[in-house]
Amino acid sequence: MPKPITRRAFGALCGAAPLAAAGTADPLSIGFVYNGPKNDLGYNQAHAEGKQSLKSLPWVRAFDEANVPETVAVEESMRNMVYQDHAKIVFATSYGFLDPFVLRVARECRNTQFFHCGGSYRDGGDPPNVGIYFGFIDEVEYLAGMTAGLMTRTGRMGFIAAKPIPQVLRNINSFMLGARSVNPNVTMRVVFTGDWVLPVREAEASSSLADQGVDVLTGHTGSPRVIVQVAERRGIYATGYQFNQSVLAPHGFLTGAEWAWGVVYRKYAEMVRAGKSVVDGSIPRRMTGTLKDEFCRLSPFGPAVTAEKRDAVAQAKRRLLDGSQAIYRGPLRDNTGKTVVPAGRTIGIEETALDQMNWLVEGIQGDVRS
Amino acid sequence: MQSSDSLGNLGILVAIAGGALRGSIPYIYVSLGECLTEKSGRINLGMEGILLMGAMTAFAVSDQSGSPWLGLLAAAFVGGLFGLLLAGITELPGVNDVAAGIAMIIFGSGLAFFFGKQFVAPMAPQLPVIDFGQGIANAGVHAALRISPLFVLGIAVAFLMHFAFERTRWGLHLRAVGDAPDAARSMGIAVRRHRVVATTIGAALAGIGGSHLTLYFPGIWSEGISGGQGLMAVALVIFARWSPLRCLAASLLFGGAQALGPSLQSAGISGFYHVFNASPYLLTLVLMVLSCSRTRRLDGIPGSLARRG
Repeated sequence: MPKPITRRAFGALCGAAPLAAAGTADPLSIGFVYNGPKNDLGYNQAHAEGKQSLKSLPWVRAFDEANVPETVAVEESMRNMVYQDHAKIVFATSYGFLDPFVLRVARECRNTQFFHCGGSYRDGGDPPNVGIYFGFIDEVEYLAGMTAGLMTRTGRMGFIAAKPIPQVLRNINSFMLGARSVNPNVTMRVVFTGDWVLPVREAEASSSLADQGVDVLTGHTGSPRVIVQVAERRGIYATGYQFNQSVLAPHGFLTGAEWAWGVVYRKYAEMVRAGKSVVDGSIPRRMTGTLKDEFCRLSPFGPAVTAEKRDAVAQAKRRLLDGSQAIYRGPLRDNTGKTVVPAGRTIGIEETALDQMNWLVEGIQGDVRS
Repeated sequence: MQSSDSLGNLGILVAIAGGALRGSIPYIYVSLGECLTEKSGRINLGMEGILLMGAMTAFAVSDQSGSPWLGLLAAAFVGGLFGLLLAGITELPGVNDVAAGIAMIIFGSGLAFFFGKQFVAPMAPQLPVIDFGQGIANAGVHAALRISPLFVLGIAVAFLMHFAFERTRWGLHLRAVGDAPDAARSMGIAVRRHRVVATTIGAALAGIGGSHLTLYFPGIWSEGISGGQGLMAVALVIFARWSPLRCLAASLLFGGAQALGPSLQSAGISGFYHVFNASPYLLTLVLMVLSCSRTRRLDGIPGSLARRG
């Protein structure tokens, strides 16, 4: 039997309605800072897409700031997020944001958790409310390299990289190892440009590599869009990195290794909502993931890749996931003839041994010394 | 496996030559524009900002209208507006044109980044290619001979400017304004008008140079697209001693130097890449040292620029 609504009950209902709609608590505020523009078809856009995917969680309020320099400017951005927007989580997506900027703001704002992409945390010295997240994309690079190895006609590939740091060298080597797994005679030339965003030099390098008979181009820069675009113009193949670049090369785009940060950001949001914190260890200090954890994925294949080749890559993916195939399996020699992984040893991609990588695998023409 | 496409070490030369033809274009336009401005006795240090503004405008207009030529015109127009603004400011009493120029770098790049935000991702229709290498089987040589229409236009502008300086009444007046403004004024030449016109046209040329970056090579809009080329081109004018034809030659040299680092590494010569990548900057320094003299002032420097020390 329905109760008649008294004036007092009506008033109480009206007062409670907004509260009920908002859920039991305030929305969880999450801030993002990027170093570059949000639509670079590269590193920053991959993170911005991750932020966008938080829209699927109605209890999250996410906001961001792009083009923040790696200076005290990022401290101000983060402080604004904490003090004005009451951010409970701040994601600092660029390498140079961590030390000393994130560390300094984290010491000051103890009630906010800061998560930094790809940095290293020092136990003892660094504030407890800082966590690190990163993904290992070696397997996806391996599969993209495999596709390139299946597609090349001249047997020559080109890789344009920003700097010879371990993270970049891992991508170069796993791409090459993927290509060599299906095409043992393939060679690859590496050009280091010196910085993450140098469009003119990247374009110059792409042209020069094409002049040298290279017919698959790829790269590891802030956004390899120039590389993909020049490859298309020169009528050769390209594979992407960071983000899906297929729109830039409707004919020659093969596939690419792209990040799926949305998975990571949703995970963090769920954990913090459940009351977990990196301070007491209920959120791991360092959260990493691989292809299996869906931190990264292969871009959709371009039209040039036949069904047969797609199938071969899909099978290799299955073998990588079930552990029957490995990327860094000895014996492996570098391009100076030195053994870098001895016979019988396999280095898993989550092992820290790979974080010190300073070699290029056999078959690559290039020099890691600057 | 050596394919017929590959040129080996000869490929380095082809790549540098190709790089000179592609990469020199922003230098050509900015240095010619700066040369014109300085001939009138003004310095426009804001070329970097104008280059970026031209690059962004060309990309945006080409993207929205579908016509790269309209983008080119818009870039020239916006460049001209910036030049007019700078000329107007510097004609005010007590304004230093060097300081105003630096302000233009910051203003131009800031405005370009602000409006450029929505144009980072898509591609815009590109300028057509003039193919001088038709029928050449080698891909590298063929690619080097695919010339931008802006390159041909740039050569024409250089010769036209040379002719105007040497053979026309307007050129004579402009040089007089730059060399000895007081004498020019007493002859009845409108000093201010010549300076405003020269600065405006000079900046419009820099705008066209910017359109090359987004509509031809590399053909994208990115905030890092200019990489200091607008500033280097200003230094290049000093090295070219205020001659349009020498500006053209120096620009080709810089374009080639820019391609040196990447092409050496592409050919497998991978050591010292930081040094080779820095070659345009090193070249600037070396040329500045070589072109300075203890005993005499720079040949060809407009008199009013030389006197302020």
